[in-house]
Amino acid sequence: MNFRIRVLLAKIGMDGHDRGARVVAGALREAGMEVIYTGPWQTVDQVTKAALQEDVDVIGISSLSYDHVLVPGLIENLRRHGADDILVIVGGIIPDDDVRMLEEAGVARVFHPGTKMSEIVEFISRAVSDRRKKAI
Amino acid sequence: MARQAKATELAGKLLEGSELALARLISLIENDSASMSDVLPIIQHSLGRAHCIGFTGPPGAGKSSLVNHVTRLLREKGKRVGIIAVDPSSPFSGGALLGDRIRMQAHSLDPGVFIRSMATRDSYGGLSRATGHVIKLMDAFGMDYVLVETVGVGQVELDVMNTTDTVVVILVPEGGDSVQLMKAGLMEIGDIFVVNKSDRPGAEEIALQLQVILQMNARYAQNTPPILLTQSIDGLGVDKLVDALRDHRKGLNGAVLEARRKERRKKEFEETLAAVLIREWRRLLEADPGIREKLALVLEGSTDPYSVIEEMFPGGIIRQNQE
Repeated sequence: MNFRIRVLLAKIGMDGHDRGARVVAGALREAGMEVIYTGPWQTVDQVTKAALQEDVDVIGISSLSYDHVLVPGLIENLRRHGADDILVIVGGIIPDDDVRMLEEAGVARVFHPGTKMSEIVEFISRAVSDRRKKAI
Repeated sequence: MARQAKATELAGKLLEGSELALARLISLIENDSASMSDVLPIIQHSLGRAHCIGFTGPPGAGKSSLVNHVTRLLREKGKRVGIIAVDPSSPFSGGALLGDRIRMQAHSLDPGVFIRSMATRDSYGGLSRATGHVIKLMDAFGMDYVLVETVGVGQVELDVMNTTDTVVVILVPEGGDSVQLMKAGLMEIGDIFVVNKSDRPGAEEIALQLQVILQMNARYAQNTPPILLTQSIDGLGVDKLVDALRDHRKGLNGAVLEARRKERRKKEFEETLAAVLIREWRRLLEADPGIREKLALVLEGSTDPYSVIEEMFPGGIIRQNQE
């Protein structure tokens, strides 16, 4: 077995500030994961299609200026394409009131500013390994 | 076996046109969770249709951008295109940052294009070990073209040569003086050479020097490969590249094509053999404390690898090879 966790990192919507996403990409790479980085200005359809083709375990959406409201649409889209086993996480500036909305829509975890990289790495590692155990 | 059943099921769905099946089967093969030997009997009759083209060259030469433009022109002709974009794995963490899709956004929603990013994992030849298998899967899926982009290479990461039908070597004007162009390795494997970023100073000169040097190489004695100038920022010259790709494929018939494929099968065989031997060795290492002790001697430097291997194979295969 030669298994690696594959993560798609992207920003949806009009905002191009991707420093945060890049920092996370570097940390996940250091943790031995394969990170597919598409950069900012993606649509929900683009992220869905890239995630399907790349067969990722995790999609990470970075949001600074309210683009996180598009994430429930992404999850719905994944479900329609038979890929609802992909774990979706969100990081960035997310108002507290919206965290519950995202979690109810199926987001596995929301990470706020100040989160330690190790916390993100541990969460992904554990969640992916749990899902794989369930699948086998 | 459940895994084998999963692979054969996915292979069947792949032939019916399921993108999801293609994507998941690639992962199974890449992770060694399934074997191509389970998949090949199912897809065998659908193989050999795609023209497989390798794009190689130093980091930042414009490989992804050129692949993007070539894809655009092939799509205008209605051809279906699979893209395999390889980027390096970290030798320390095993992780990778795969960023080639960024240059290919124009095709991200096109149903006739399938892009897969791959990390090199344990391979150091510019591709990943599974690349040849993934080419076959995309071929069976019905792609007319499979474009393979290597990692940014130096001079000796040449796996692409024995993996694809046509090799495009991409250089830039800043590549160095003409002695660099005379060096062995990368400069010998191109079926087509491209000087990209040709708006920069020195592009025409490097193309001219390259022509002179290639003419001196016995490998190119029959015919000198095309040398093309391109600018991947706006796609200038890429139409000529697509023409050259078509011409090269046309010339690849009969004996030439068969020789190339034989070479490829030989490489596949040797890689499979090496992988099996290494796996067997690791199994032995796990099971046999005596072998672990011998390896420990090698690791601490008090004995050399040859002596230990010789002891393990009393038939003396090493000595015979050296004589």
